[in-house]
Amino acid sequence: METLKSILYFIVFPGFLFTAIAGILVSWIDRKVTALVQWRVGPPFMQPLYDFVKLLGKETIIPRGSSKFTFLLSPVLSLTSITIVSTMLWHTFIMPSKGFVGDLIVIVYLLVMPSIAIILAGFSSANPLSSIGASREMKLLLSYELPFIISVLVAVINSGNEILMGNILMFQNNNGAIAGSLSGILAFVVAILCMQAKLALVPFDAPEAETEITGGPFIEYSGTPLAIFKLSRWMLLFVLPLFLVGVFWGGFRIEGIDLLWSVLKYVALLVVIILIKNTAPRFRIDQVLKLFWGPITFLAILAVILAYLGV
Amino acid sequence: MGFKENALKRSLWVFHFSGGSCNNCDIELLDCLTPRYDLERFGIELVGSIRHADIIAVTGIVNRQCKPRLEKIYKQASKPVFVVACGACPCTGGIFKNSYHTAGPLDEIIPVDAYIPGCPPKPEAIISAIVKLRNKLE
Repeated sequence: METLKSILYFIVFPGFLFTAIAGILVSWIDRKVTALVQWRVGPPFMQPLYDFVKLLGKETIIPRGSSKFTFLLSPVLSLTSITIVSTMLWHTFIMPSKGFVGDLIVIVYLLVMPSIAIILAGFSSANPLSSIGASREMKLLLSYELPFIISVLVAVINSGNEILMGNILMFQNNNGAIAGSLSGILAFVVAILCMQAKLALVPFDAPEAETEITGGPFIEYSGTPLAIFKLSRWMLLFVLPLFLVGVFWGGFRIEGIDLLWSVLKYVALLVVIILIKNTAPRFRIDQVLKLFWGPITFLAILAVILAYLGV
Repeated sequence: MGFKENALKRSLWVFHFSGGSCNNCDIELLDCLTPRYDLERFGIELVGSIRHADIIAVTGIVNRQCKPRLEKIYKQASKPVFVVACGACPCTGGIFKNSYHTAGPLDEIIPVDAYIPGCPPKPEAIISAIVKLRNKLE
């Protein structure tokens, strides 16, 4: 019975199916808001679903000279890791007391996996442009991961050295959101910038730069693997803001009127992402590295010091 | 008609192949994506890689240097893929019809699904051709 229940958790709610549907919805919001910002009408409501189903029906081409196993494995790797993150997050939101010690660390690690899948995809597809994209993704990963982990550390320190995601949520329930304090708000800003880089959206989209390396690591993908990659990107767009809401902004509560408030918080964060995406030009990869290891890491360390001082 | 065919009809991604064009058709093709015409309403997007494409939009007369590349690109595309001849040159040869560098109209090189005449075609004409192509898919 228990096994059946956990399988259901992974596949239906809050795992794969729920996250996929939410991801499709979120990516529609992304495209629609982008269209409104650019004074257009934008795609219809079902558009991401049409894209996904169409890609499933197309021919899958494996380029000559590519590593077949890695080429087909990487989209699945990306999808499964996002599914696990989503399952763990919702499990904590629904039952904050039922976590295991260090689940925050596991979530932070699993959030790296989609980037690693993209790197694998880029290097295995035997295409110069996708290799450039993969190498840029690797530099991007190295640059944002340090400030991201430091900013999550601020939440850990502020909640009294808790590495249990559920306990951080309970702390915020009792004492107000982590982003309410000075150190918390600094860490939150840093985490938003890192999230933008994790999603590879516009100021930090050098790895897949449509206009110069035409999609980078995804250039050789077609048919079902491309569909799975797209789906996992949409799911990441759904899960990452949720993680930030959970760690810094009081958590996602599902009882009564709190549900509305939580959804509003989530949508606000999403709109911030989309607005940054639509109003910023692209950084070169060396500028990204300088930005993240310079000012942003400094800001994150400042936040940690302030958190130790209790501000 | 099943949901799968419907999905293909509603999400056509365009790969733009410029085979020695004078750039006028290219500009008109990009015009379709601007806020005034906004082809994303119908799910049409411009993609950078041929592997993602459902439509190859060829502009310009295909010259003898371009011909092998175009054939290669057509083979690299993930099927089903449709070819649209955009402008007078790929449709008939246009003013380059009897020139030394011409590899013939587009339909002598690869099968063509829709023709858009005009030099250059208006964005309205391009949209109408895509609507016709969508209706043909049924």
